[in-house]
Amino acid sequence: MPFLLKGVVVTIELTVMAAILAFIMAFIAGFARLSKFAIVRGITQIYVEIFRGTSLLVQLFWVYFVLPFFGIELSAMMTGVLVLGLNYGAYASEVIRSSILAIPKGQTEAGIALNMSPSLIMKRIILPQAMLIMLPPLGNYLIELIKSTALVSLITLHDLMFCGTMINNVTMRTIEVYSLVLIIYFLLAYPLTLAIRRLEKRLSAGRL
Amino acid sequence: MSEIVTETSNNGIQNFEPIVRYQKVSKSFGDTEVIKELDLDVAPAEKIGIIGPSGSGKTTLIRMLMTLEKPTSGTIEVDGELLWHKRVNGNLVPADEKHLRKVRSKVGMIFQQFNLFPHMTMLRNVTEAPIHVLGLSREEAEERAITMLEKVGLKDKLDQYPRQLSGGQQQRVAIARALVMNPKIMLFDEVTSALDPELVEEVLAVIKEIALEGNMTMLLVTHEMQFAREIADRIVFINGGTIIEQGPPEEIFENPKHERTQNFLRRFNKKN
Amino acid sequence: MWDWEFTISILPLLLEGLKITLIATFLAFGFAVVVGLLLAIASRSSVKILSLPVKAFIEFVRSTPLLAQLFFIFYVFPKFGLVLTPLVAGVLGLGLHYSTYLSEVYRSGIDSIPRGQWEAAKALNFSKARTWISIIIPQAVPPIIPVMGNYLIGMFKDTPLLSAITLVEVLQTAKIIGAQSFRYLEPITMVGVIFLILSYVSSLGVRWLELRLNQR
Ligand SMILES: Nc1ncnc2c1ncn2[C@@H]1O[C@H](COP(=O)(O)OP(=O)(O)O)[C@@H](O)[C@H]1O
Ligand SMILES: [Mg+2]
Repeated sequence: MPFLLKGVVVTIELTVMAAILAFIMAFIAGFARLSKFAIVRGITQIYVEIFRGTSLLVQLFWVYFVLPFFGIELSAMMTGVLVLGLNYGAYASEVIRSSILAIPKGQTEAGIALNMSPSLIMKRIILPQAMLIMLPPLGNYLIELIKSTALVSLITLHDLMFCGTMINNVTMRTIEVYSLVLIIYFLLAYPLTLAIRRLEKRLSAGRL
Repeated sequence: MSEIVTETSNNGIQNFEPIVRYQKVSKSFGDTEVIKELDLDVAPAEKIGIIGPSGSGKTTLIRMLMTLEKPTSGTIEVDGELLWHKRVNGNLVPADEKHLRKVRSKVGMIFQQFNLFPHMTMLRNVTEAPIHVLGLSREEAEERAITMLEKVGLKDKLDQYPRQLSGGQQQRVAIARALVMNPKIMLFDEVTSALDPELVEEVLAVIKEIALEGNMTMLLVTHEMQFAREIADRIVFINGGTIIEQGPPEEIFENPKHERTQNFLRRFNKKN
Repeated sequence: MWDWEFTISILPLLLEGLKITLIATFLAFGFAVVVGLLLAIASRSSVKILSLPVKAFIEFVRSTPLLAQLFFIFYVFPKFGLVLTPLVAGVLGLGLHYSTYLSEVYRSGIDSIPRGQWEAAKALNFSKARTWISIIIPQAVPPIIPVMGNYLIGMFKDTPLLSAITLVEVLQTAKIIGAQSFRYLEPITMVGVIFLILSYVSSLGVRWLELRLNQR
């Protein structure tokens, strides 16, 4: 049981770090896809398609097993953070892009009529409104991300899933161990689900 | 084209140094030309009512002055300066963002759909630009904002959000928000069209008050003919992207010379 | 660095693995399409004793990792005398996991049907089953087909997880090749390329479907 809790800590660490990287990547890529330069849009599109088009586990294996071939050796944790961050960043960039596009043109035009600079309009008019639209879908991606961290056990990261398997191999108490693992993951993810639902309700009621 | 009444002969005001000057301005969206080589001079402090059928290019005309649409050709001058161009060694080159911002600081605009910032209180809607564009201190900006909100009759709504207010109140805040930037030229694009009929009057009253103060140049696109007649120095009738006829309100409304103006006014009166 | 000859020599093996991947994907999708609909209908039932457990099940499955579910099915079920082959366990796990997502998709499709349709069915004295089969499902399903297509692509990209319960699908094949030849570069990269091509092409297909449905 304490061993399992150690795994939980690793899972949470991985989730937090990967989520931060994903958030940063999503913003960079989301904005880059709105760029007026076709090259920037093109490169970002390629990044997004590659990470969305290939399987997450394949990406983990590729970074973990193939990159050493090029002299780049990353720990399982580093691999997990990097791949999960880039992968979810690619998915979430679409959320960023579409939320910004969802703000009515009149808002930008009102900013121009008040002689605001483009960056001021983005920072103080568009983004605060787009953020509210982004929050629920980004929250859903965060839940998916928590669940996806289990995959990193397959490249030997000692996370919750991995520790569960280890304990099972030693104790042979398969039913208890795997049930417990499922329940712990549920306890990690479900409060977030509930929080997002509340947020969504409040947002659609126009409060906040 | 010869039947079109030329501009200078019918102007209400003559021999002025224009504060706004459109010269041979054209604008196309794709293949359709919506403004066609249009010329228009506006005198300082002049109030111009722009009328015409829907789709005739009225909105596009004033949006070009607000730098929201870029003319396809021609030039627009604001207060003696080219808006969309810069003169470099005697040649006209497209203006950069910095130049556009400098010139458009003299222009403000009120929109049909208000376009208030929904995530800000009324007070913040009005102080946002003075603080971040003009660089005023918060206290100073709030002081000015409150003066303006008082002027539009809304000083007790400072901490409310746009969605808590009626359309008429929202539009009045939008007017305060534009006024606080102290523009020389103010553009109004059918600012009462989105309002319930009973809310139109309160907004028109505020605009009338500003007009009566006198020194602001105003271009008003409107379907409120009675209102236009009361406050405008000159009425400009636009159809198909060109000025068909213009002159003092009495003349245009009582005695329109051009057949298309007559038709438009007749149809308009019948509808209402 | 990149060895083309080696790449070509392993391609037949990879395609063999891909076959398993595709079989697992389609079987699981078929399972999810059916079970998802049943879950959607059951969770709308007015019989609380049916709808509440179903809702709880959906919530639980959606909040836990597919990998943990696969381990549970593959290693715990046999303790109750239910021994499953890796393929069956994989199809069951993947299908069940996605059925909870599809039930949500069905729900949105069903919710978008105007109340008048239910009332009309009632007025015509249709039975419950008849109402679902003749009125609701035929209207609810077509608009959600593109979304289901996207989930099919998602399932395809999740099948490599089945390698964790010893199913020799395409990624596992690549890993075995890598372990034997000490060359991971070509096999795993090729698996990535295969996934990229197939999912890109199918996402174009989904977009085409969407356009066609919008035209109607
Ligand atoms: N952004 C745009 N893209 C394409 N066509 C436009 C756009 N804006 C306006 N138009 C077209 O230009 C014409 C003039 O529009 P507008 O200036 O809005 O007319 P008005 O304000 O007099 O009703 C209309 O036919 C309109 O459809
Ligand atoms: Mg208009």
